Amino acid sequence: MTEKTTIKSPMPGIFYRQPDPDDPPFAEPGDTVEAGDTIGLVEVMKNFHDIEADSSGTISEFLVENEAEVEADQAIVELE
Amino acid sequence: MIEIEAGGIASTVQDLGRTGHYHIGMPPSGAMDRYAHTVANYLVGNDTDAATVEMTYQGITATFRDDAVIAITGADMSPSLNGDPIDTWETVAVDAGDELELAFATEGARAYLAVAGGIDVPEVMDSRSTYTLVGIGGHEGRGLEEGDRLPIGDAPAERRELVGTRIDDEDVPDYANEDTVRIVLGLTSYRLTEEAKETLCESEWTVSSEADRVGYRLEGPDLEFEEREQPFGAGTDPSNVVDLGYPIGSIQVPQQPIVLMQDAVTGGGYATVGTVISADRGLLAQRQTHKSVSFESVDVDEAIDARRDQNARLEAIRADIEGEN
Repeated sequence: MTEKTTIKSPMPGIFYRQPDPDDPPFAEPGDTVEAGDTIGLVEVMKNFHDIEADSSGTISEFLVENEAEVEADQAIVELE
Repeated sequence: MIEIEAGGIASTVQDLGRTGHYHIGMPPSGAMDRYAHTVANYLVGNDTDAATVEMTYQGITATFRDDAVIAITGADMSPSLNGDPIDTWETVAVDAGDELELAFATEGARAYLAVAGGIDVPEVMDSRSTYTLVGIGGHEGRGLEEGDRLPIGDAPAERRELVGTRIDDEDVPDYANEDTVRIVLGLTSYRLTEEAKETLCESEWTVSSEADRVGYRLEGPDLEFEEREQPFGAGTDPSNVVDLGYPIGSIQVPQQPIVLMQDAVTGGGYATVGTVISADRGLLAQRQTHKSVSFESVDVDEAIDARRDQNARLEAIRADIEGEN
């Protein structure tokens, strides 16, 4: 049995999957991540906040598109 | 002394601001939500103009190196002391060695930490407010970072008697639902068509992710300008006028509105079609990115009354706090 967890955005802003427009994404569906790994960024007020995995697991799905608006507490990534 | 373990997203030292230097291009800076800043100070027995720590979207984590009396107001960032939740809008005792931790804002955008005695950073042009764009005031002119040490001013030991004081619930703003700010149309509102003025006041605007201490960029319908032949010096874009001083709170319309806030640029050539009244600027400063805001048009007398009412309410809160102790 696999347990699913979601990673949420702690604040409102714009979600980015890569550190820079020319760089590859931090992580892709199917990738294994460790707790503390950065999986994306949320920008607000020209500040970029790292979104980190709070537990280790495999990314099953991104629930928001790259450069989409996110709200505080919105689920961004599903891990299993 | 307060030792910062984590600075949050944008935490700065602020007081009521740096007044009297606007003519040289120096904005006032100062607390974005003057009401929350002032109540926090009153709860710890300070005057209105003592410096507090303003935190935006994410609070600080800090260790107190001395015993202190504190209060946290404004946005709810779920503060805790040594891991135990503490109440906001209430006076709290802190012992040397205690760790204060604030999380992300659930309601509102900015929280204020007041300490009895005030945050005792040096004054620059008669103010302890941080103006990060030119790097003056506050702690080294910048946002707080891990390892920073904030000095606390002297406060009499009797301030401990304030611990447990809290303000009435009806004096705590409902930041999640306060979505209307009052404006006075003016300066160059004649540049907008009559329909555009109605659009400005009747539309639901959305706070963009570009909303900080300098200005709040809002998204919504396009505003149409009256056609005219642009005067010399105004530039060709219909949103341009010959240069103006921009009041704090003024709504300029390069395309979509930008409301200028405490760290505003002081002048320029965009049409400035109205001004958010001083009593409501704090509410706008508490609107989170992607939340909606509406403008309600009032006249100057109503704006002055609103300011008087807010000052009277703050004075009543101060009297209540003093009366209880």
